[in-house]
Amino acid sequence: MALSQLLSSSSRSGNRLKSLSSAISLRHPISTDTTPITVETSVPFTSHQCEVPSRTVQTNAKELLTFFRDMALMRRMEIAADSLYKAKLIRGFCHLYDGQEAVAVGMEAAITKKDSIITAYRDHCTFIARGGTLLEVFAELMGRQAGCSRGKGGSMHFYKKDSNFYGGHGIVGAQVPLGCGLAFAQKYCKDEAVTFALYGDGAANQGQLFEALNISALWDLPAILVCENNHYGMGTAEWRAAKSPAYYKRGDYVPGLKVDGMDVLAVKQACTFAKEHALKNGPIILEMDTYRYHGHSMSDPGSTYRTRDEITGVRQERDPVERIRKLILSHDLATEKELKDTEKEVRKEVDDAIAQAKENPVPDSSELFTNVYAKGLGVESFGADRKEVRATLP
Amino acid sequence: MLGIVRQKTLEQSLKKIRPAVSVLRSYSSAAKQMTVREALNSALDEEMSADSKVFLIGEEVGEYQGAYKITKGLLDKYGPERVLDTPITEAGFTGIAVGAAYYGLKPVVEFMTFNFSMQAIDHIINSAAKSNYMSAGQISVPIVFRGPNGAAAGVGAQHSQCYAAWYATCPGLKVLTPYNSEDARGLLKAAIRDPDPVVFLENELLYGESFPISNEVLDSSFCLPIGKAKIERKGKHVTIAAYSKMVGYSLKAAEILEKDGIDAEVINLRSIRPLDRSAINDSVRKTNRLVTVEEAFPQHGVGAEICACVVEESFVYLDAPVERIAGADVPMPYAANLERMAVPQVEDIVRAAKRACYRSVQ
Repeated sequence: MALSQLLSSSSRSGNRLKSLSSAISLRHPISTDTTPITVETSVPFTSHQCEVPSRTVQTNAKELLTFFRDMALMRRMEIAADSLYKAKLIRGFCHLYDGQEAVAVGMEAAITKKDSIITAYRDHCTFIARGGTLLEVFAELMGRQAGCSRGKGGSMHFYKKDSNFYGGHGIVGAQVPLGCGLAFAQKYCKDEAVTFALYGDGAANQGQLFEALNISALWDLPAILVCENNHYGMGTAEWRAAKSPAYYKRGDYVPGLKVDGMDVLAVKQACTFAKEHALKNGPIILEMDTYRYHGHSMSDPGSTYRTRDEITGVRQERDPVERIRKLILSHDLATEKELKDTEKEVRKEVDDAIAQAKENPVPDSSELFTNVYAKGLGVESFGADRKEVRATLP
Repeated sequence: MLGIVRQKTLEQSLKKIRPAVSVLRSYSSAAKQMTVREALNSALDEEMSADSKVFLIGEEVGEYQGAYKITKGLLDKYGPERVLDTPITEAGFTGIAVGAAYYGLKPVVEFMTFNFSMQAIDHIINSAAKSNYMSAGQISVPIVFRGPNGAAAGVGAQHSQCYAAWYATCPGLKVLTPYNSEDARGLLKAAIRDPDPVVFLENELLYGESFPISNEVLDSSFCLPIGKAKIERKGKHVTIAAYSKMVGYSLKAAEILEKDGIDAEVINLRSIRPLDRSAINDSVRKTNRLVTVEEAFPQHGVGAEICACVVEESFVYLDAPVERIAGADVPMPYAANLERMAVPQVEDIVRAAKRACYRSVQ
């Protein structure tokens, strides 16, 4: 009897983690007020070869509070991942997104799950925004069965096909032609959907990006290239890598927009604009001016090529979570205590997911040989000692 | 010009003193220790000092001091004209480096890992490897492509591949795989001095490992010959041929085998192309049994080539089928337990050696 109660409560919490916004209405009386509020973005948009979207944005209490919660969750998740890495529960590479949350959250708010997103290796928060759960994140990071790639991918290889999230890529720049390919397929299938292909300022100089952009422009593909410009490609500042760091202009004949990537409402506005544009006119570039608090990865302190003053400066002046907090408070949409309570809830969700992930088993040995092919054809594969370990590929 | 004369004289004197060197090595107490990282750094430093045409190019090699700190201090010492930080654009900067080599400079290109060299592989194969042949000797390409190769720890499928077999397929390239610090110093110096394109495959997990090193190796004129393997451990019952990190594993396997009365000979290949076929065959003719070890995917790998050459040259000497230990035939998984199964372990080498010796593997 008690066991079935336990089981039902754990499946309930699983569902809770799946749907962030509905969780809010179940557990915490957050405002569901959708009365429009008009807000101005932090700075006006700058455009290249296209009109500029208005900096006046319509939002409401429900949306702002959802933004706050989602970004706070992502922030907490990444900080927890830092600790897990230092505790050696996460191995290999781990690239954290804290500071850049507004891009993932704002983009998701402008689109549907029919639209596709593809990104590089800094993918934990994009996965969450696409509907992934905290358990799937932490289990994958720790190489467990419940991970989104069943423990076989790792930090850089999160995917969620049913939400049109195509990963999760380790080779700098490769995801951009892939994203244009997704857009090609969307047009081919007449899906009336778009693809957002995200890349960093480090990847912005990759030749394959320009090759894919040229084809996308020739063929009017609904591809939106989003440069998450956090100003550093690993240890190299943008001015040392790019002759022209005005990434929104680098498309030349392809229009572009420069956006304050730390302002979630600006991101949402820009993505709405871009989707409309791409469906009618083909590719467009969005440059998100953003910042990562962590180094390039957990192996990089992030302080040898930038000053601590710069990092704290951004945190004080431009932090995306703080911006929304101030907006909520200044419009009296919630009290400081309510927001702090939300942060506490989110922290607990993260801690619970980590605890659950820690209990989760490692993949079964047979998983070494699964998914090499979609169709194995009875082909034999081998372990390190081919006479000791062999398997027929499923 | 003087550099070339000096080099030729050095080569001649090196040939003379080589036998003496090996005697000295067995007498010297080898009190000094050096990590592979230090060995590579010192080799780069000395070769840059000796020849002003040598320059370094790659991501984070300068101001960041190297992603794995191999090029630490070199920007400060030689300046930004000789240590060049590039954008993350392998196809572009590799092409640029090969072009510079056409003109007569001596670039040392760093790939942050060889996985990223695939973005530039056209330049390595078509622009570098084949040029001397296509131009009938007019355009030699004195370039070195170096960086970590193969599996690290938990870095997943796109960051763990070993490219030794791929590059070694191509005539016109030389492919080197150092194991210890002596290899790292001697082979890198040889690579930089060599007039042909050299693919220099390091290993991230070996960078921090410390090895004893003799005074001869520390000398700035020290150089190892390209195309020559080294017998790391003499034995008589079975030959274990390996390269890079697997040499260390094979030596450990040999210690375990010794307890069971099997005396293994461990060959450190050092050079995959040219492959030291005579050293391998000489060894197999002595032991009559062979185990090849590599971290890479098995099909069409280095072990397959070694097996073929032994079957061709020394078939009648083989008393057992050639055993092949390699990485698992799957993309590298992330989960620790699966990763462990995907990479050869010491016990795999022990087991294969016992099989080759017709011993029970219990």
